[in-house]
Amino acid sequence: MSDFLHPTEGEYIQHHLDHLQLNLHTWKIGPTTGFWTLNLDTLIVSILVGLLFFLLFRSVAKKVSIDAPSKLQNFVEMIIEFVSQLVKEVFHGKSKLIAPLALTIFVWVFVLNTLDLLPVDLIPKYLWYFGVDDFRFVATDDPNLTFALSLTVFCLIIFYNFKVKGFFGLGKEVFFHPFGIWLFPLNFIFRMIEECVKPLSLSLRLFGNMFAGELIFILIALLPWWIQWTVGGIWSVFHILVISIQAFIFMMLTIIYLSMAHESSH
Amino acid sequence: MELTQYVAQVQSFTAIGAALLICVAAIGTAIGFGILGGKFLESVARQPELSPMLMMRMFLMAGLIDAFAAISVAVGLLLIFGKNPLLLEVVNVAAQKIG
Repeated sequence: MSDFLHPTEGEYIQHHLDHLQLNLHTWKIGPTTGFWTLNLDTLIVSILVGLLFFLLFRSVAKKVSIDAPSKLQNFVEMIIEFVSQLVKEVFHGKSKLIAPLALTIFVWVFVLNTLDLLPVDLIPKYLWYFGVDDFRFVATDDPNLTFALSLTVFCLIIFYNFKVKGFFGLGKEVFFHPFGIWLFPLNFIFRMIEECVKPLSLSLRLFGNMFAGELIFILIALLPWWIQWTVGGIWSVFHILVISIQAFIFMMLTIIYLSMAHESSH
Repeated sequence: MELTQYVAQVQSFTAIGAALLICVAAIGTAIGFGILGGKFLESVARQPELSPMLMMRMFLMAGLIDAFAAISVAVGLLLIFGKNPLLLEVVNVAAQKIG
């Protein structure tokens, strides 16, 4: 990108769709392809936001007081109660993992989504002055991040399926339901499809929503400056709804899938 | 000249494909949202005390329905405004032919 300040339309959009990438073969930063590539911008933003969330909640938990709760403490308690209420409603067993996992997913995804509301040029432009060509600061519109999240949930689902039901219990459920023992290949295929669709739909849902939102923000940024606020304002208000619902759904489906893994439905 | 024709053909089909992607998904989502909102209002009218719980579930369902439309909008916009892989193939073949 030779001229950041006056690109053509196509260049402008393409520039906003490029990641800051690190090639692990040559250890060079720049646009590359292939498997051994790290998207540095996604990693940096998501780790920073994650650390911020953990340190903030930890400091509140350390300074917790019953007599004179601070406003921050009230806020954090509100989020935690909201999540724990949902987990209690859906998940009936005992688990030390699900509620913290749900809280982490909810807050993390929500904050990463909220970065979408920042102006599309704000951070990339400042970084461009420091010699960084491409930087996408909305980490959730990178499919790598959403797939990482959903595959982690997928591994947990498989783990708890085996742990709670045992090898034979799970085998019975996979092979003998829903059509009975004589159609066991069909049962097995149905179950496999059902399981494999879970991580796919979980990650593609988040990615699709955030990517469409970001792309529309980029298109709005191409309009003349005096008209941007009308379309941009409407889309921003709508997008506030979308980002909170998507974070909520990701958390909710994680809880539902894990509770399905804990109790045999048949 | 022939190359221009090919490029134009790929571009026009891509535009039609992307428009279909976006509009069919939008039709499905619109019908889904209509049914969802209608049922929600019906059940709230029947049992108003359940409305907070139903509202939350309605938004959950709204997000689930919304996903397909959002994914197809993203893919459609990417085909139109981003790098079009179908067109790239034509250009690559043409570059080989020309040498």
